[in-house]
Amino acid sequence: FYLTPPQVNSILKANEYSFKVPEFDGKNVSSILGFDSNQLPANAPIEDRRSAATCLQTRGMLLGVFDGHAGCACAQAVSERLFYYIAVSLLPHETLLEIENAVESGRALLPILQWHKHPNDYFSKEASKLYFNSLRTYWQELIDLNTGETTDVKEALINAFKRLDNDISLEAQVGDPNSFLNYLVLRVAFSGATACVAHVDGVDLHVANTGDSRAMLGVQEEDGSWSAVNLSYDHNAQNEHEIERVKMEHPKSEEKNLVKQDRLLGLLMPFRAFGDVKFKWSIELQKRVVETGPDQLNDNEYTKFIPPNYHTPPYLTAEPEVIYHRLRPQDKFLVLATDGLWETMHRQDVARIVGEYLSGVHHQQPIAVGGYKVTLGQMHGLLTERRARISSVFEDQNAATHLIRHAVGNNEFGTVDHERLSKMLSLPEELARMYRDDMTIIVVQFNSHVI
Amino acid sequence: ARMFLRLLSDVRWRAANPKWRRMTCSQRGTSTTAEPQQAPLPAQAQVVICGGGIMGTSVAYHLSKMGWKDIVLLEQGRLAAGTTRFCAGIVSTARHVSIELKMADYSNKLYQQLEEETGIKTGYVRTGSISLAQTQDRLISLKRVASSLNVMGIPCEIITPKQAAQLHPLINIHDLVGAIYVPEDAVVSSANVSLALATAASRNGVQIHERTSVSHVTIQKGRVTGVETDRGQIGCQYFVNCAGQWAYELGHSGEETVNIPVHACEHFYLLTHPLKEPLASNIPTVVDPDGRIYIRNWQGGILSGGFEKNPKPLFTEGRNQLEIHNLQEDWDHFEPLLSSLLRRMPDLEALQIMQLVNCPESFTPDMRCVMGESPTVQGYFVLAGMNSAGISYGGGAGKYLAEWMVNGYPSENVWPLDLKRFGALQSSRTFLRHRVMEVMPLMCDLKVPRWDFQTGRQLRTSPLYDRLDAQGARWMEKHGFERVKYFVPPGKDLLDLEQSKTFYKPDWFDIVGAEVKCCKEAVCVIDMSSFTKFEISSTGDQALEFLQYLFSNDLDVPVGHVVHTGMLNEKGGYENDCSIARLSKRSFFMISPTDQQVHCWAWLKSRLPDDSSVTMEDVTWKYTALNLIGPRAVDVLSELSYAPMTAEHFPSLFCKEMSVGYANGIRVMSITHTGEPGFVLYIPIEYALHVYNEVMNMGQKYGIRNAGYYALRSLRIEKFFAFWGQDLDAFTTPMECGREFQVKLEKGIDFVGQEALLEQKQHGVYKRFTMFILEDHDTDMDLWPWWGEPIFRNGRYVGRTTSSAYSYTLERHVCLGFVHNFDEKTGEELLVTTDFINQGEYEIDIAGQRFQAKAKLYPFSSLFTHRRRKDEVELSGYQQE
Repeated sequence: FYLTPPQVNSILKANEYSFKVPEFDGKNVSSILGFDSNQLPANAPIEDRRSAATCLQTRGMLLGVFDGHAGCACAQAVSERLFYYIAVSLLPHETLLEIENAVESGRALLPILQWHKHPNDYFSKEASKLYFNSLRTYWQELIDLNTGETTDVKEALINAFKRLDNDISLEAQVGDPNSFLNYLVLRVAFSGATACVAHVDGVDLHVANTGDSRAMLGVQEEDGSWSAVNLSYDHNAQNEHEIERVKMEHPKSEEKNLVKQDRLLGLLMPFRAFGDVKFKWSIELQKRVVETGPDQLNDNEYTKFIPPNYHTPPYLTAEPEVIYHRLRPQDKFLVLATDGLWETMHRQDVARIVGEYLSGVHHQQPIAVGGYKVTLGQMHGLLTERRARISSVFEDQNAATHLIRHAVGNNEFGTVDHERLSKMLSLPEELARMYRDDMTIIVVQFNSHVI
Repeated sequence: ARMFLRLLSDVRWRAANPKWRRMTCSQRGTSTTAEPQQAPLPAQAQVVICGGGIMGTSVAYHLSKMGWKDIVLLEQGRLAAGTTRFCAGIVSTARHVSIELKMADYSNKLYQQLEEETGIKTGYVRTGSISLAQTQDRLISLKRVASSLNVMGIPCEIITPKQAAQLHPLINIHDLVGAIYVPEDAVVSSANVSLALATAASRNGVQIHERTSVSHVTIQKGRVTGVETDRGQIGCQYFVNCAGQWAYELGHSGEETVNIPVHACEHFYLLTHPLKEPLASNIPTVVDPDGRIYIRNWQGGILSGGFEKNPKPLFTEGRNQLEIHNLQEDWDHFEPLLSSLLRRMPDLEALQIMQLVNCPESFTPDMRCVMGESPTVQGYFVLAGMNSAGISYGGGAGKYLAEWMVNGYPSENVWPLDLKRFGALQSSRTFLRHRVMEVMPLMCDLKVPRWDFQTGRQLRTSPLYDRLDAQGARWMEKHGFERVKYFVPPGKDLLDLEQSKTFYKPDWFDIVGAEVKCCKEAVCVIDMSSFTKFEISSTGDQALEFLQYLFSNDLDVPVGHVVHTGMLNEKGGYENDCSIARLSKRSFFMISPTDQQVHCWAWLKSRLPDDSSVTMEDVTWKYTALNLIGPRAVDVLSELSYAPMTAEHFPSLFCKEMSVGYANGIRVMSITHTGEPGFVLYIPIEYALHVYNEVMNMGQKYGIRNAGYYALRSLRIEKFFAFWGQDLDAFTTPMECGREFQVKLEKGIDFVGQEALLEQKQHGVYKRFTMFILEDHDTDMDLWPWWGEPIFRNGRYVGRTTSSAYSYTLERHVCLGFVHNFDEKTGEELLVTTDFINQGEYEIDIAGQRFQAKAKLYPFSSLFTHRRRKDEVELSGYQQE
């Protein structure tokens, strides 16, 4: 049993989304042409999330991928909330005052973000009031703190990440009278999510990363070939600096228990994450919250389970590492993706596949008639067949979809094998997770003409 | 053989690079001795022609026939080895533009007798051609061509698909609606035609040197003095650039740049082995524009190429590209055309391929070839950019250029092909690259009225561009300048580009109607900044004398007056039609049509007194022009300026600097270009937005709105205003278009064209500009007139229309055109009198269908809502678009 090509396509394209920055109109010189994004679930429901938005009160665009674990609640919350925290951190004092005054007097708020969402990317209606109040508290504090200095993007990103994680933690500790919300904030706090977020403003590109998702820049060399530049460091056991950092933060006595089987405390793959209060709260706090929490929480073995060798929390942070890159004309695109992609594909291949896709280059041997006896009909048949082959490669209108097709369907020769692709996509839900992870990809295309 | 040619050419091209030449001087010295001895170049010649393709040889042929003998033709490789060698050799007269049609017709007749004249086999076979229509719109387009061909005396026939199949048994007709058959069209071997022309020229004394490449043209004091070649110098008075694809670069290699806007695209065609039953040598050539292909017989097999939708431009960076860029067969690229061929002729499936030829062709920004003298360098002539119809045009184009050089102007109006229709701005390589990518597919696209290019836009714009755009402006382009066609009201959507193509009533009909109504009843504002504006001044009376000599009207008027006048040539024909305001005793402000920027400048510049006593400045970019049209314009302006603007204080054809709003120094003229009352404001650009805003705010209570050029066009045509470049050309005199009043034969100063006009005044004219009102034409159902429609008087052909528009006032279509009087027997042109015009029954032929028309020599006076003074009538002689 194999899926037919149209069935494969409908699976691959179900979550694809494209956004083109409105055509160059003489005023808007955006360094971004647009972006393509897509997700392919392995878990049911998918635990990855993605977000993209244009900052309306400051300049620039935000794009991010979020890989959830132990459920999708945390990834969902971060995908809804993080960009607001970043946007607010970037706002100048006057704008913050203006917004606060508007809220105070019940006037309409200045819009802060313009979201670019796929219909499947939902926002939780129930929690919006709660989230808003936390955000407002944050900007009120920013107003009080007014340093008079202009906001540095790197600092703003770090502050926003930390603040949101802090709010997630606090909301879970305080709880909510509404039982649905009470359970929600606890699920958010007890699940976890990594985040990899890019802020692009003209030629200034900042990538803030927490966890093991990755940002990669596609660079076209002078000879036309493609290469990859990493714009984030994975926060996992493969990163020696991370192991160093974790060890530095805890007493020597814990050293050999900190990282076991390439996992934090032998349990967690990413070394930095949002949520995951089980790695952040003291044992007492965890016990108190679980006991006073709703029954569903109490019944859950995972939440009750205290990590072994848990002596000096927190063991986990949401603080991101921020890398700045000044865009150059040869920087053609940026790929943000969760580890589902990077596990199956080398970044060099990603750069090549996306680069060739975006530049429309497809290497096909030219035909020459030479001395052969070929009739018009034969030639026509040959050409039609060649065209069909090319168009199957180019049936993707979305670079992220194209990348997923390769990631899932590539054979050992680096070309898409339909049979393999079909097999991988028709795995039953419970098996899918064994062969592949959730995959979320955003491909941002830069406008080299304005860089 | 092709490979060899390319290698040979490579050598020459490299040799053309001066740096390389220096380095390898010694080697070259030895290698040339191995080659057969070449005749030495002469030190001096009257004319040097660069390029030995069909164009160069045709120019040489015609020049030598006209009696010029001292001519040298230089070819960098071998004669007829460039595009000429590879081109398909189809001579087709089915052309849309009448001057192109005339060139093709002449070429056909020339080639037909060339073999007899020269003894060289040209491969000329009169095959006839069939152009197929897959859609009704295409058939209309072909019928329009048929109307043109018929009145030119070229036999042609609109035929049914069945008849097409009888003429050419291989055609699959199931998807056809009709076709046009032109029995006298032909095929030739283009290289041999070129060689035959060269042979005839050489017999007439033209020296031909192959393997000689021109590195640059030497220029002194704005005149050609000679050329530098890789084999030495030649001094010359005239240089003719027929370098085909290299014409652009050759133009740039001189000491002074000559901009020749051509750009090459790859062009593919297929050659096959003969069919089992070889095709008859006189089987008609088939053109399938909807399938984007042409098919001709080639040695019993076929030759078939086409114009794909996704052309491949090349050599954008220059000629060195050829060395690294092997022109390969690209079958994948050819696939859509091959499919189209097999759909049209399915029986060809089994035919064996011989070769896919990749032969670059050069294209121009507007699909018409480039000919004429450089506006900057005297004696520098150009003939290039044939848009893949080099063989069809070669003979005629060579003839016109030769006439131009010998007589000062060709025997036909070639303004549509004149190099001076382009400015420097069309010579950007990026512009050309993008534009030719649009132009090449257009070769096969339907040519509908009022079509606009989409590429290379937003180059020159008014400062109000964004404001107008935000208000729904739809744009067209003239000479690179964006101009508003009309404003789409909010909430109203027009059809998309492809769907709006029609020969019938267009979708903007009501929109323009509303704008016209507003011009007549209230007030409209039209941005007319694109017009060419010159300032001409002197310290003494020299400017006045200069202008009095070049213009036919009397310019010695009081300061503050505006004069409409023609700038005429020796024959009294219009070189330009403009208005001139006398700003002071010694300075004048001249406004001409947009596309006059280069031509008029060159004309005046070359006639300026040598002592530089007269200064001339192009101030086009300095002013934004706002035209306030309508009965309430006077109210708006007087409120804004606190100055009385009524006729007593501000008579028509008057010019004054005044303040409008906060802005001072606005040049206000009481002219409107449409015959409606109103003013044109010439605003220094930094005030443009301010004045526009003031006008719009103040105008609100008078019902002001924006309007575009389509409204203007409708207004001017119903008022019988001629406009230069459309109705008027170098072969039209003021006497022939009812503008005697703009000629002051008695002004006391001799002026250019005076004698010719005097002659016409005494003896009468041979054509007359006439206005036609279509009588039985249904605006909703019938085909709309465009221009170029034949006019019939009492059933006999008398001329062609030059422009047309729907008159919202008359609720009829109005066509303008020239009526001739051809002798019934001899075809000789006879005098055209008022009686001749008035005593005829007229019909206008739109795509083969004739509509009754009423002829008028004067505009409808009832259309004028205001009583007009005598001098205001003069206004009616003037119009620009």
